[in-house]
Amino acid sequence: MFGKLTWEAIPFDQPIPLVTSAVLIVVLTGLLLWVAVKGYIPYLWKEWITSVDHKRIGIMYCLLALVMLLRGFSDALMMRSQQALAFNAPGYLPPEHYDQIFSAHGTIMIFFVAMPFVVGLMNFAVPLQLGVRDVAFPTLNSVSFWLTAAGALLVNVSLVVGEFARTGWLPFPPLSELTYSPGVGVDYYAWSLELSGIGTLMAGINMVTTILKMRAPGMSYTRMPVFCWTSLASNLLIVAAFPILTASLAMLLLDRYVGFHFFTNEAGGNPMMFMNLIWAWGHPEVYILVLPAFGVFSEVIATFSSKPLFGYRSMVIATMAICLLSFLVWLHHFFTMGPGGDVNGFFGIMSMIIAIPTGVKLFNWLFTMYGGRVRFTSPMLWAVGFMVTFALGGMTGVLLAVPPADFVLHNSLFLVAHFHNVIIGGVLFGAFAGYTYWFPKAFGFSLDERLGKAAFWCWFVGFYVAFMPLYVLGLLGMTRRMQHYTQPEWYPWVLVAGLGALIVLTGIILQVTQLTVSIRTRAHRRELTGDPWDGRTLEWATSSPPPAYNFAVLHNVESEEPYWGMKLEARENLHLLAEPKYEAIEVPRNSPTGFITAFFAVVTGFSLIWHIWWLVVLGLVGAYATFVVLAWRDVVETTIPVEEVAREDRANRAARLDALRAAGRAKRPQAQEALA
Amino acid sequence: MSVQGDIAPGYESEEGEGPEGIREGVRSYLLGLALAIALTLASFAVARTHIIYGPGIPVALVALAVAQMGIHLVFFLHITTAPDNTNNVLALAFGVLIVFVLVFGTVWVMDHMNHNMAPMQDMTGMQ
Amino acid sequence: MNSVAIPADSAGSGHAHSHAPGHGAGGPAAKRIVVAYGFWIYLISDIIMFSALFAAYAVLAPATAGGPSARQIFDPNSVAIETACLLASSFACGMASIAVGQRSMKWTQISLVITGLLGFVFLLFELREFHALVARGDGPTHSAFLSAFFTLVGCHGLHITAGLLWLGTMMAQFYAKGFRRDIQYRYMCFSLFWHALDIIWVAIFSLVYLVGMNL
Repeated sequence: MFGKLTWEAIPFDQPIPLVTSAVLIVVLTGLLLWVAVKGYIPYLWKEWITSVDHKRIGIMYCLLALVMLLRGFSDALMMRSQQALAFNAPGYLPPEHYDQIFSAHGTIMIFFVAMPFVVGLMNFAVPLQLGVRDVAFPTLNSVSFWLTAAGALLVNVSLVVGEFARTGWLPFPPLSELTYSPGVGVDYYAWSLELSGIGTLMAGINMVTTILKMRAPGMSYTRMPVFCWTSLASNLLIVAAFPILTASLAMLLLDRYVGFHFFTNEAGGNPMMFMNLIWAWGHPEVYILVLPAFGVFSEVIATFSSKPLFGYRSMVIATMAICLLSFLVWLHHFFTMGPGGDVNGFFGIMSMIIAIPTGVKLFNWLFTMYGGRVRFTSPMLWAVGFMVTFALGGMTGVLLAVPPADFVLHNSLFLVAHFHNVIIGGVLFGAFAGYTYWFPKAFGFSLDERLGKAAFWCWFVGFYVAFMPLYVLGLLGMTRRMQHYTQPEWYPWVLVAGLGALIVLTGIILQVTQLTVSIRTRAHRRELTGDPWDGRTLEWATSSPPPAYNFAVLHNVESEEPYWGMKLEARENLHLLAEPKYEAIEVPRNSPTGFITAFFAVVTGFSLIWHIWWLVVLGLVGAYATFVVLAWRDVVETTIPVEEVAREDRANRAARLDALRAAGRAKRPQAQEALA
Repeated sequence: MSVQGDIAPGYESEEGEGPEGIREGVRSYLLGLALAIALTLASFAVARTHIIYGPGIPVALVALAVAQMGIHLVFFLHITTAPDNTNNVLALAFGVLIVFVLVFGTVWVMDHMNHNMAPMQDMTGMQ
Repeated sequence: MNSVAIPADSAGSGHAHSHAPGHGAGGPAAKRIVVAYGFWIYLISDIIMFSALFAAYAVLAPATAGGPSARQIFDPNSVAIETACLLASSFACGMASIAVGQRSMKWTQISLVITGLLGFVFLLFELREFHALVARGDGPTHSAFLSAFFTLVGCHGLHITAGLLWLGTMMAQFYAKGFRRDIQYRYMCFSLFWHALDIIWVAIFSLVYLVGMNL
């Protein structure tokens, strides 16, 4: 009746997951009860859960990412502490448990922290920067988010019910085949990712269509902000690469569930082919993560250098070159598997070539700063920290791209240090910069700068203290994922790395504090014009937070950096552009489709994992029924009356006029700085 | 700057509109069908008889398949090279590029792998 | 806030510049273009997914593990019938597109039924082929080659099945709601899907069956 599910699935005999699960359940239940008692549920349902507004969905993606960062980082702390204790000793985590922890750490960080963070930032900012009202398919957008959340939920359920994969964040066969992983761990992993993968693919389709088909009047491709270009490249990669992930995991699942022989050791299966296919996805994946971060930095550096971005055209070409090249390097993840000199040579050279467009971008950022009036706000600190850190990480990448060097360093801690170098220095720093930069736009008040800067320094210093020793350890021969070791030369470095993790922990605590303090003191840090940073792109042309329809009237774009042009004109003449002619605006209706689809996805996923076949059928039928109900809708939009549009826009214009006049009176060139 | 509209993929502007539309539309699909049938018959003929020199059969089949995919794209999906179809063609070209890289890359890589890393006991999978 | 029911036959909804071209000149493109283009991008992604399965098939085709190879299990007559069915079904789908353009409910439903029936016959033949193989002991669990074959062709069959479900829903929607704009856009997406599946079948029957029978 319940397939493989029995009471034994709950880890009564393992104290750490048991206690963690208990605490989590208590905390979450308490939170839910508090929300219910305070009467927030109708508000949350109406304004957030069923929202199809790209801004709300973007915020929810980022929130998911931040929450999962805590889980992924807890795994990291456990790994570091285990290794710090396990010199000539067993440590406190038995191998079967340690294996699940490093697997969960990687899976969660890539799929449920980095991906949602960048997708969330793109979701929030791209339509605003393009000057349009929403993405191409708003309801699909909601479905994408909730499917991602469903995947995250399933991975976390594995902590309480069952176990997680022990294969690392990519489930290499034959270890991941049924013979060697007979439990449900790999199934949790695979179904979670199949479900959230569908969500991500749909988000990619949505964003590509939006960028290519929906822009403000006059915004040709060469007038798009660079963040939109990097988003386009990233989402094209999503559309191209995620189907490969879907197919590869499907083949693995067919092996496990129905006894097929794609990757088995018997009957002609070929485990090496899994590595080939999964890395054909896996390499574009890391570019999917880093390209939007590059875009964030382009925006941040231009804004806080008070200069247009240097070399727009070369930035665009470099971005699209990276997009294309990222599909031609995947083999560098398995030089040591035996393809031979020809193949290794080709992919090694391609991997080195791909550093060139990245270098072009780096120089463009530096030249943007050169000669500008640089303001070292916390987003700018993240940007400068990124440039230093990512350059280092990129260089170790080019080093690893040399096959003979990789033969020595593959799967050592050198590799681990390299990819954390580029993912933390690139993706995470970019995500934090974007989060800080767009937070005032999303919520109408900014984050506490002092705490933000303190958090940056802890992350920056902590990162180096945690990961530079790993480079050394890799060169000293320490392999990744070790549950214990006996080499005395390694021990001091492992300890230093552990210290680094604690410094990063301080940074995270500061970020949590920053958020809570900023929310509590938000009345003092409100910004009424909608442009706290003296921005240059269209998202700063509307209020903070923007109304549901983003812009009262779609702006006519006549140049690159359209908002900057408008502002300069306003400052010269000391009055705003003429009031536009307001019209009623139609916005898409909220819909519970996303949430309900995700509900059935969780049901289907869970029952597939535990072989509860009747429940699988129910889940699938439910999902199909949801789709049909959605398709049967007659009313898909609501109209916002012209009076409301006029009222909201006039309020924002009044605030901007006040600021303009105040600046004019003070005769200070950086008018908006007075208000920040 | 020229203001060229884009056309939706799969959409033919006067498809089926008015009595002219029916004739035009049906003619286009009939032509596509006829060509596709011809190519299909050719494929089966190539595969089942000795018209083509033996080792050349796979190449001929690939060529015929590509040709037939083209027929489908043009006559059934109305993809053309007109400027209003550029975005659609570009997206398709992108997809085709990825398909080529993936399929040929995989075959190249795995061929080398299989050759260098052949399992000792079972050699029946080797080419 | 007032609710806006979808108008029966109006020019796009929700965008101020609904007749705008898509190259930046007039603002966001019309809904018809946006919907079809988005679906086109989805189709590209689906083709890439099939190509991953094709790649796996190409690598594993020789791995017969002592069992039968392609030449020994493929039946050219069955393949010929399946191909004819799908091609005719695509043609019928094209006729349905014309009927939709003409706003003829009768011809729309008739051609959609024919499209669906031909697709269903295709599925029957394919299931028959699979069943015969499994009954003979040459099912997908017996070798890597068979796993790859069943998965690639089976995935296509699953897409056809999903397409038939969609087709049924479309017929019901046309019947219930007439030729409303959004239903027409959805039908356009369906026909893109259906023709694309036939294109993938061209690749399958040529590269899997016909090439396989000759190697």
